[in-house]
Amino acid sequence: MAETTFESTPDLLLDHDRVEQGDLQTEELLVNMGPQHPSTHGVLRIVLRTDGEMVLEAEPHIGYLHRCAEKIGESVQPYQYIPYTDRMDYIAGMNNNQAFAIAIERLCGVEVPERAKRIRVIMAELNRIASHLVALGTYGLDMGAFTPFTWCFREREMILDLFEAACGARLTYSYITVGGVHDDLPDGWVERCEEFLDFFEPKIVDYNNLLSFNHIFVKRTATVGVITAEDALAFGLTGAALRATGVRWDLRKVTPYDGYEDYDFDIPIGQDGGIDGVPRGVVTGDCWSRYYVRILEMTQSVRIMRQALKRLEEGPIEAKKVKGIKLPADEVYVEIENPRGQLGFYVQGDGSAIPARVKARGPSFCNLAITSHTCRDILLADVPAIIGSLDVVLGEVDR
Amino acid sequence: MIPEDICNLIKARFPDAIEATVLDAARPYVQIKAESLVEVATFLRDDPSLRFNLLRSISSIDLLADNKLACAYDMMHVPTENRGDLLTTTRSFALRVVTDRDDPVIPSLAGVWRAADWHEREAFDLMGIRFSDHPDLRRILCPDDWVGHPLRKDYEFPLEYHGIPATTEYGLTNPRH
Amino acid sequence: MSQFAVPWREKPEPSHGFVSSFIVALAKGIYAIATPIVTRFPGSILLSAVVASCFLVWAHALLFSYVDTAVLERAAEVGAANPNAFGYFSPSTWGLPPSVIGTLLAGDAAVEGQSPGLLSYLLWPVQFGFTRDMIAFGAIFAWFNIVPVYVIWWERKVAGRIQSRLGPMRVGGWHGWAQSPADGIKLVLKEDFIPDAADSILFRAAPYFAIIPSALAFVALPFGVTYIFREVDVALVFILAMLGIEVMSVILGGWASNNKWSVYGGMREACQMVAYEIPMGMALLVPVVCVGSLSLKYIGEVQADGWFSWLAFRNPFAFVAFVTYFIASLASCKRAPFDLPEAESELVAGFLTEYSGFRWALFFFAEYAAMFVVGGLATIMFLGGWNSPIPSDWGAGLGESIWAKGLKGILFSGPIWFILKCVFFLFLQLWVRWTLPRIRLDQVLYACVQVLLPLTMVLLFGTTLWVWASESGNATWDVIASIVSKVLGIVGLAFGFGFVAIAGYGFYHRRRLVGNLVIDPLPGS
Repeated sequence: MAETTFESTPDLLLDHDRVEQGDLQTEELLVNMGPQHPSTHGVLRIVLRTDGEMVLEAEPHIGYLHRCAEKIGESVQPYQYIPYTDRMDYIAGMNNNQAFAIAIERLCGVEVPERAKRIRVIMAELNRIASHLVALGTYGLDMGAFTPFTWCFREREMILDLFEAACGARLTYSYITVGGVHDDLPDGWVERCEEFLDFFEPKIVDYNNLLSFNHIFVKRTATVGVITAEDALAFGLTGAALRATGVRWDLRKVTPYDGYEDYDFDIPIGQDGGIDGVPRGVVTGDCWSRYYVRILEMTQSVRIMRQALKRLEEGPIEAKKVKGIKLPADEVYVEIENPRGQLGFYVQGDGSAIPARVKARGPSFCNLAITSHTCRDILLADVPAIIGSLDVVLGEVDR
Repeated sequence: MIPEDICNLIKARFPDAIEATVLDAARPYVQIKAESLVEVATFLRDDPSLRFNLLRSISSIDLLADNKLACAYDMMHVPTENRGDLLTTTRSFALRVVTDRDDPVIPSLAGVWRAADWHEREAFDLMGIRFSDHPDLRRILCPDDWVGHPLRKDYEFPLEYHGIPATTEYGLTNPRH
Repeated sequence: MSQFAVPWREKPEPSHGFVSSFIVALAKGIYAIATPIVTRFPGSILLSAVVASCFLVWAHALLFSYVDTAVLERAAEVGAANPNAFGYFSPSTWGLPPSVIGTLLAGDAAVEGQSPGLLSYLLWPVQFGFTRDMIAFGAIFAWFNIVPVYVIWWERKVAGRIQSRLGPMRVGGWHGWAQSPADGIKLVLKEDFIPDAADSILFRAAPYFAIIPSALAFVALPFGVTYIFREVDVALVFILAMLGIEVMSVILGGWASNNKWSVYGGMREACQMVAYEIPMGMALLVPVVCVGSLSLKYIGEVQADGWFSWLAFRNPFAFVAFVTYFIASLASCKRAPFDLPEAESELVAGFLTEYSGFRWALFFFAEYAAMFVVGGLATIMFLGGWNSPIPSDWGAGLGESIWAKGLKGILFSGPIWFILKCVFFLFLQLWVRWTLPRIRLDQVLYACVQVLLPLTMVLLFGTTLWVWASESGNATWDVIASIVSKVLGIVGLAFGFGFVAIAGYGFYHRRRLVGNLVIDPLPGS
């Protein structure tokens, strides 16, 4: 074996205490999982201390995609910063735009028109579905099932078509801006969106049949990586990872923004197996719960979107005089419910048009912190299962 | 529970801890002394009427004009009793700790909320605030051998890193983007 | 070229050695000739390929039966007890047996009713073992190369259909028919890369440990009664042994790569193979007990009486053993859901991580060839081998003429049936692979040691009792056994029709299952 040195991880040095003399000699092995690894969902590097197939310890190392997003925020005006928020969580650009836009609006006291709020909700929920589809598909890949991935991306492409028709971009939208949205919806978009919802809802049943209730899949994910509600809160887990532990907690209900209080929807949570169609063996807070909460959330997103599309009325889509607005010498911290959890923006103004400090609280960043706690004394194959069920996006972890 | 009440609770428990209060702003907060941070945080987490069990974020702030650095702590109460019921009542709160810019040391909250671990590492990496008693204070986003702390206002970008040109605009030591 | 030349605009002509240039020129030539034809007439080409292969097999059967009849009757004429004395089917006697050749060449109508005449000049080499060996070797070698190349192409098409996409569509024109050969050419021309820290000798040797045994397995695999390269009495054991050697290549390759992921892959393969060899072999022993022979030729021959005589329907234990064997064979071929040694999402590519180019291609050739071999074993041991579902005695009225023999060779038995059944098994393997997630290592071993192993033991014991009861000569028992056999056959038929119905439904509605939104994208986008 080639000598591998880990100067940066002195705590992971080999110790041979477990090896008894006279016995067959085995060695613990330090393995680099990543930064280039198929199932770390980007450039995440996890150093695993393994004993055979057992993973004794896992230490995530991040920062390979660090692009100084917060530093850039201190040198551009808020409307110029919107495209950078797209690049943080590139799977859910709309939600990131929304979070930053709401933060600036709260800071400056900008009132958003009613139609813009509806469009924001529609876009945010569409993007939530698209993001969850990526999460489900790649989770299937982590489990070795290839087909759910392409099925999920088939439907995601339709959502991207809708986004492209609305704003011209398929990944980095910059559509939700400070004070409203960038452009009005094109003709026929609403009908097309409803057509998509009609098409999409039965497909969720297909995903369930193909992957969610697959016996092998349940065996692979149930009781793996169980996180209790107390641990989840201590580590700052939010979003589907927190709801899977049985806490019915969603900022869309708790602190509504952009008119979420008008819509009727449920907050799905994880629960033990045996009832409500949840397979036996599933424990609250395991990988399967986290996966299934996302599936249920997609149904709720469809519900919200149907209501929003129905209530969409003509009107202005942008508040007046937003560009070049002076930020007051105040600070604000705003969190919204991103597909991955609570995405927060701390913005501090100093009277000029450029913020003095922009801090992003990425849900992936906080969710990833629990890996070293959870990935202890598990099998090697469970590491991708746990990482994938947390659904991290490294662009947001590293910012 | 409005921020005044929380502030009064802290005042009653720790009379000397509070340095300043900003309670009628968009984001009300209480500025407390660094040495009493851990006790106040533990109190906020454990007090039965408060129970701020979710640390949302730690934002490091550079107050260049005052020659100070600051840390802003945002926390939230997530009810875990009666799981399954829809929980709409909530409270959130914020703390701020100001420290000296030349020798910035703040006690670590990793023992109070484990979420603080990575947030504090990030603040150490990007702003250079040292957190005493932190279990594993290393750089988290930048490489281990990076020089300086990028989020400080007077930070100068290096021209190169291990032979890799580090500026997009040659000749500018402080590029705009 | 100037200093500021844009490298990706001005490509210098790549310089190759003679062999590479020759392969490229050959490929270009074939491609230039074949593309317009295949693109223009895809359906007719496919049809004519099927017809031509049927015709080839038929002509082969006709040819051999003609020569064999002549030789056997001539042997009877001269009073030789053993026709092998004439060099028939005997590789040891490559010389020309004078009597037969002399007779045939002279055009002497010594064999009554046959007038060799001019035909004998064309046919005389066919009677020798050496010639037949050469033909068979060419056929096996070609088959061994064609199977992986086109199974990979087919797998990609099947995967595409399952995943609502098209699979390869570009290379060569019609449904990307040249994709796999093109990939093969690319792999051959790739850099011969060995990592610095790898154990060079073992790293080079490992692919051959994979490909040689899987090629050798074809030696004893019968495609038909006469379509055997070497008829081995213990063919089953031989093939299992050859498949078992393959694990060596994975362990060697994984260890020699000097990559931790590769070592994990190799160790997983060792674990899995050692475990699954046992239930696989024991499941195969169930039909062996039913028949009482290890010779694949004999096992195939006893299933000549149509669908209900196939060994899977012989008794309930064999029926279950068929399923058991299929699961164990997936594991032994490293196919999903047992593809742990190369588990992409866990081990990057497992033992294949450091391999590239031709060596990587060799591993894949071995894997797909082994898939065909285990499919062939399932066919012979359980599903009637080269016999068609139609009982062979239905052809008694056709007579014994050469033409009738040829017709029987296609209708009631023959390699076409064998290959069709193997293709069905390959499809099952692809279907499973593209539908199911991967199992964890502890679950793999649990499934083997706790489930499959006791189950196959029970099956073996049960089938032994069944055979013992059948041989006791009790008339009541015979009636019961035949009823059970018929019921199992009907269950099998139902499975078969269900399979066809589901596959047909999916194929017929392949556009509707995807939905209109895929086919008509939004105008604004």
